[in-house]
Amino acid sequence: MPVSLFPAQRSTRTSLRMLGPDGQPLARKYFAEKTGKDLDADEVVRGYEVDKEKFVIVTDEELERLAPEKTRDIDLKQFVPADSIPPIYFERGYFLTPAAGSQKAYKLLAETMEKSGLAGIATFVMRGKEYLVAIFSEKGILRAETMRFADELRSPSDIGLPKKKEAPKATVHKFEKLISTRAKKQFSPSKLEDKQTESLLKLVKKKQANRANVVKVEEEAGADHKVVDLVQILKKSLGARK
Amino acid sequence: MAARAIWKGELKLGSTRLPVKLYSAVQDRTVRFHVLDDRQKKRVKQHMIAPDSGDEVPTEEIQKGYEIEPGRYVILTAEDLEKLQPPASRDIEIVEFVPQTKISQQWYERPYYLGPDGDEKDYFALVDALQNKESEGIANWVMRKKYYSGALRAVDDYLFLFTLRDANEVILADELTKPSGTAPTQKELAMAKQLVEMLQGEFNPKEYKDEYRERVMEFIDKKARGHAPRLKAVKAKSKTTALDSVLAKSIESLRKKEKRAA
Repeated sequence: MPVSLFPAQRSTRTSLRMLGPDGQPLARKYFAEKTGKDLDADEVVRGYEVDKEKFVIVTDEELERLAPEKTRDIDLKQFVPADSIPPIYFERGYFLTPAAGSQKAYKLLAETMEKSGLAGIATFVMRGKEYLVAIFSEKGILRAETMRFADELRSPSDIGLPKKKEAPKATVHKFEKLISTRAKKQFSPSKLEDKQTESLLKLVKKKQANRANVVKVEEEAGADHKVVDLVQILKKSLGARK
Repeated sequence: MAARAIWKGELKLGSTRLPVKLYSAVQDRTVRFHVLDDRQKKRVKQHMIAPDSGDEVPTEEIQKGYEIEPGRYVILTAEDLEKLQPPASRDIEIVEFVPQTKISQQWYERPYYLGPDGDEKDYFALVDALQNKESEGIANWVMRKKYYSGALRAVDDYLFLFTLRDANEVILADELTKPSGTAPTQKELAMAKQLVEMLQGEFNPKEYKDEYRERVMEFIDKKARGHAPRLKAVKAKSKTTALDSVLAKSIESLRKKEKRAA
């Protein structure tokens, strides 16, 4: 069943651009330390350091060919109760949308999983990395959450945390009461305000109003300034008829 | 070897304060490559250049700007940026508690262990209370000059603090439209249900290994010793077939596997 992947989160972290003395946007560039010469993308390679300053060069083609055939597909291996996966595993979300000709299979899988309350566990290789994912079905839409592998998580003993001790009953009760008085039935995402961005935008607006430190530069040709509306793209992809 | 705490703070729950140490729960195992100069096979450095002239701009001349519209920037000085930093604090403020299943997987970003910093009785009492109540706390704190929101949870007798994504960062299924296309038939639904049930089990994370990472490391190792194996080219995908025949085939092969295992 061919599907397309789209990130399930917008990048909201307000990034600042590096500008030159006249306000022109700067570019990051690799250079050879010895000669001081700037290097283009085709003048650099990827190396794994096997010994101090000794590298094994690995090409894109080799990385691609190292992916086992089966893992190039999202291979559903198992279905588990959707709420049984501890959150320590979750990394990033991607919406799956049906590619041309697979709408029916997509709807079938989404409906079956949602009705049974199950999530599918799968692995696949994308851009030189293997991913373990849990696929959830919500409102007829499939979403893959990439997960950490078990050996990427530390155990309490790895960290050196003390062994569990018997806690005084009275203290446990005290905490239970504190929890009860602050208990809410639902989680409201509005509690997760982004103060960082808010205060930055406030300052930007203020400076803009004062016309303080505003610079304008000529658009460079081919500059990528398109604002991508992910939700619009997703809607189109979910509704695309062939 | 015990890990080093990356931060120390105090859980603030009403008038109760619980000193804790924060540790990363994640051990990064990504195969890390260096960018090398193709001719010298030496590590490269990076600098900032003006794209039109190609000239290097030294660090002290670089300004930071926020783009308000294409090509228009508001310059933020070092002073401005310093003013934007949140006031330093050690408090991890717990604002409320919600039932453990209420936060969708989409919000979780990074897990940290919290370890007791001093009193262990209070620490494990909070673990017990959170587990008994099947609740997790919503937390706000400032760490390393940044604001964080997160969830406080007890997992297997220890406290975890998860960073959560910002409110407008996550795209929810509610914002999207259901995929179009014809609805599956009853027969197809029954077959799909059967297939899913045959593959149903418990989540056992240890079953899954990053095989690709192992293959890459093995390849690097062989190449380092001078005999890299020849790798086959990637084959094209096979074409898709009718849905019900795929389903029937999958069920059949799973049945055979089960029989062999029995």
